[in-house]
Amino acid sequence: MTSFAPVSGLIGGVLIGLAAIILMLTIGRIAGVCGIVVNAMTASDAAGRLWRLAFILGLPLGALLVTALGLKDWSSITFPATMPTTIIAGLIVGVGATVGSGCTSGHGICGLSRFSMRSVVATVTFMATGVATVFIIRHMI
Amino acid sequence: MPLIFSLLAGVIFGAGLTLSDMVNPARVTNFLDVAGIWDPTLIFVMAGGLAVTTLGYKFIFRRSSPVVDEQFHLPTQRQIDLPLIGGAALFGVGWGLAGICPGPALADLVTLEPKVLVFVVAMLVGMIAASALRVRIDAMKALRQS
Repeated sequence: MTSFAPVSGLIGGVLIGLAAIILMLTIGRIAGVCGIVVNAMTASDAAGRLWRLAFILGLPLGALLVTALGLKDWSSITFPATMPTTIIAGLIVGVGATVGSGCTSGHGICGLSRFSMRSVVATVTFMATGVATVFIIRHMI
Repeated sequence: MPLIFSLLAGVIFGAGLTLSDMVNPARVTNFLDVAGIWDPTLIFVMAGGLAVTTLGYKFIFRRSSPVVDEQFHLPTQRQIDLPLIGGAALFGVGWGLAGICPGPALADLVTLEPKVLVFVVAMLVGMIAASALRVRIDAMKALRQS
């Protein structure tokens, strides 16, 4: 059970948006986590890999910062999927986001903010298959 | 200089994912569970993110270039094709299965939970495999056209 938390959701969302505009204003890049991770591994130039690795390192650092400020209680957070399901989920998230050119942040935040039709289609599609997957797991199996 | 900005953006992004509880798989799967215990929090996260980014981008794109780079690096693809829809469809299935997507997975590494590490490694393997396949397909297409 998770209780509806619109205020912390909105504040967190504003921070994610702030991160996206900082990255665009300063270095002219889309804050799509999937694209950043893929190119951190495949970019041919060191500078192209470095800024991406710095961004990736920032994600857990941001989580630690919020925790250090006493704003996050992790005790209720669990990872209920079994180990085999976790492996399969990780694989298809990686393949899907790469083939589909983006994930929740790249398409769902940055793409929609640029009014990209590709991102609208991608976001509607992954929301729909996500809903369908949870429906099958929770209400049919 | 670019490194400091991207690190800062990453830290703020990770803080946002943590504050909004997107790092909690139950928060995500409960959002996707529209026929059960639906939790609409994720809509508010997206609304906050979209409001700030849409407005911010509007002002940023009035500039001819970003502050510390010569040009904006924006996606150039326009067509709605099978890789886009098929990839997004697959992504959604994985997202629904574990309740984790790439950003939260990386932020969740701070829990030191073995399943998070396993998810991240599997995700990296999937990404490398898919981009290797893409490079080969693109090379074959180029060869056929030449």
